[in-house]
Amino acid sequence: MYQWDFGILWSYRWLFLNGLGVTVGFTVVIVVCGLLFGLCGAFGSLSRFRALRLTALAFIEAFRCTPILVQLIWFYYALPILAGVEMTPITASALALSLYGGSFYSEIIRGGIVSIDSGQSEAGAALGMTPSQAMRRIVLPQAIKRMIPALMNQSIIQFKNTSLVSVLAVPDLVYQSQVAAHDSYRPLETYTAVAVAYAAILIPLTIIVRRGEKRLAVSE
Amino acid sequence: MSDTTKIEIRGLRKSFGSNEVLKNINLDVAKGGVVALIGPSGSGKSTLLRCINLLVVPDGGSVRVGDTRFAFGEGAKLPDVKTLAKFRATTGMVFQHFNLFPHMTTLQNVMEGPVTVRRMAKADAEKLARAQLAKVGLAEKADQYPATLSGGQKQRVAIARALAMEPDVMLFDEATSALDPELVGEVLNVMQRLASEGMTMVIVTHEIAFAREVADRLIFMRDGIVVEEGPARQVIDHPQQAATRAFLSHFHRTGALPPANATP
Repeated sequence: MYQWDFGILWSYRWLFLNGLGVTVGFTVVIVVCGLLFGLCGAFGSLSRFRALRLTALAFIEAFRCTPILVQLIWFYYALPILAGVEMTPITASALALSLYGGSFYSEIIRGGIVSIDSGQSEAGAALGMTPSQAMRRIVLPQAIKRMIPALMNQSIIQFKNTSLVSVLAVPDLVYQSQVAAHDSYRPLETYTAVAVAYAAILIPLTIIVRRGEKRLAVSE
Repeated sequence: MSDTTKIEIRGLRKSFGSNEVLKNINLDVAKGGVVALIGPSGSGKSTLLRCINLLVVPDGGSVRVGDTRFAFGEGAKLPDVKTLAKFRATTGMVFQHFNLFPHMTTLQNVMEGPVTVRRMAKADAEKLARAQLAKVGLAEKADQYPATLSGGQKQRVAIARALAMEPDVMLFDEATSALDPELVGEVLNVMQRLASEGMTMVIVTHEIAFAREVADRLIFMRDGIVVEEGPARQVIDHPQQAATRAFLSHFHRTGALPPANATP
């Protein structure tokens, strides 16, 4: 029978905290950038201009339909060779994860916008609004309400996806725990603790999301 | 000429794909005139109404409202979004399904046009919106959301919202068709009062008795053409065309207007 010894992890606490800080900070960056890419992708795919529409759709499908692990490796190793763009592991992984998340956010945002009855923008137009005014004042405020649960869910997935940046040696929680595991010869304790750390952050978040969904359902 | 004719439509054509919905329509509405458009569904009357404020862009012909004229068809440049928006700000429209903004209170719904489109100061817009709500008898509903209102109340708010833009022309697209029968009267009442105040109105309706009472001209459309037109009472009481007679035979043409339950 295996003898658990979690006490040994205490001496690595600063390593773990450091890693956790990188993971959380990274998540904030890729959620914010991902939402920006998502917004561009969504409006691009709804554009009146065919070229813009096709570009946006190509972006969305390319990042949605390839594995994030492959994208990470590709951004770090292939881009320097193909385009001569040298990036640090952090930049490469932030970019890949933001674009990957952005492709999913795009679909959520686009879906939210098209779910609003066309009579709404028509009523705005009849009042004399330009299409962008009707989008800003009438359609988006209603659509955002519907998007929030899905956006939160996608952000939770993004938080977990940051664990993949360890393959590019970005010192996140998973990377630091690999260091700790090798050093202590205690991988079972280390990775169990990492799993608990992710869950400890995400379970309260999911509860908040679920509460938010209920409150939105009431106000509909 | 524009002193007497408020709306002038010439040779209007519109197709959706291979389906020709409007075939060479001509229409004049005098200033302060009330024109009712009737006809079976698919006759093109709603499309015609939507061409007047260019929610639907015609394929050919011309549309003039007041001093603004647009020509369509070969060689004509389509108006850009700013021009279109400015034009639509002068025409009010009321929809069959109300299309109120559900994320705004009744008051905010009515203020939205003046604030966003006319760039009116919030305080002035609120005063105007409250006055319009009072006019349709809903002053006390100002702070409620549309979801809490009855169909008739929603439609009266929608009329107030359109009137807050102080339009020259009001277009009604089957404004009472989605209402429970007992709520039709309160909306028709507001429309009738608007007509008596001299508003130029084009009304797509199935309320033949209302059209007979309130409209001064009536147009019967079928399959994208005007089959018959003339003074409302004359067309309804003595239709000349067989198609008009057949259509009107489905309705009670005379009698009192439906009673208004919540007259302001």
